[in-house]
Amino acid sequence: MPDSQLTAAHNPALLHHFAEPQQQRDAASLGTWVFLGTEIMFFGGLFCTYLVYRRGYFGDWGAASKTLDVTLGATNTAVLICSSLTVVLAVWAAQTGRRRLLIGNLLATLVLGTAFLGIKGIEYKEKFEKHHVPGASFQFNNVRIPGHPDQYANPSHAEIFFALYFVMTGLHALHMIVGIGIFIWLTVMAWKGRFTPEYNTPVEMGGLYWHFVDIIWIYLFPLLYLIDRHP
Amino acid sequence: MSAHPSSSLKLYFGIWITLLACTGLTVWAASLDLGRFNAAVALTIATFKAILVALFFMHLKGASEKLSKLVVVASLFFLLILLALSMSDYATRTWT
Repeated sequence: MPDSQLTAAHNPALLHHFAEPQQQRDAASLGTWVFLGTEIMFFGGLFCTYLVYRRGYFGDWGAASKTLDVTLGATNTAVLICSSLTVVLAVWAAQTGRRRLLIGNLLATLVLGTAFLGIKGIEYKEKFEKHHVPGASFQFNNVRIPGHPDQYANPSHAEIFFALYFVMTGLHALHMIVGIGIFIWLTVMAWKGRFTPEYNTPVEMGGLYWHFVDIIWIYLFPLLYLIDRHP
Repeated sequence: MSAHPSSSLKLYFGIWITLLACTGLTVWAASLDLGRFNAAVALTIATFKAILVALFFMHLKGASEKLSKLVVVASLFFLLILLALSMSDYATRTWT
């Protein structure tokens, strides 16, 4: 019996169809990246829609974008960047066998993720109050186009901006909720002491997913909030 | 994954500070009137941030498996096809 199989028999985390732990980890990594590849195309369709209409309704979209709260948007960007740091620290803690640091960083990630959704909720509430939610009660009258003080934005063009705003940030928020579910599971597993320097693939893969969702927001923030922001 | 634990911690905190600074930079740049270049500046900063996250937080830089890198490059290539062909259609529809 070769050495690798001998050690493999002693590793409870190694599934029987893998020859060695490294192969098992690489397979999980490849699978996660392929999944993230499909996610790029998933969001890609929305980014493409954004580009087409942004090009077509430039001024109207600038007026609509100016009604968003940049402070809240920038705060949420900072919150997500901080959560990415706690995630990478959690992966590091798992790989170096620091159980308490791992649990602490997983919990910090959960707090930051929930804070992001809370701030997003405040923004959504404001949209309802201002009648900026697409539908029967949508109102966007007498809003001037940035750079053209003599022109008013077309409400139906602005409505498309808000429709895409809700779909893009909503789909992103849905990914955040899924991410929070994954991290609750990781926290429970870490609490039970399942992760060791030899086996921590779930923390690493959950981290990849979280960072990906962060990258999506890194693009959503300038595209939705920072159009024609200058006076 | 890293040979020196403390050096990778320094790297993570350095990347974190850079990402926060870039967020401040992009908000500030949006307040300037750069004409057509506002969008270009915002997207350049966003792409720089995304590359930092992918290379250092997602560990693409030190990844041992070439297949993962291939998947990333292939995904971005197909995203580029989606965006480039769609826009070449919409941008030329009014041509006569």
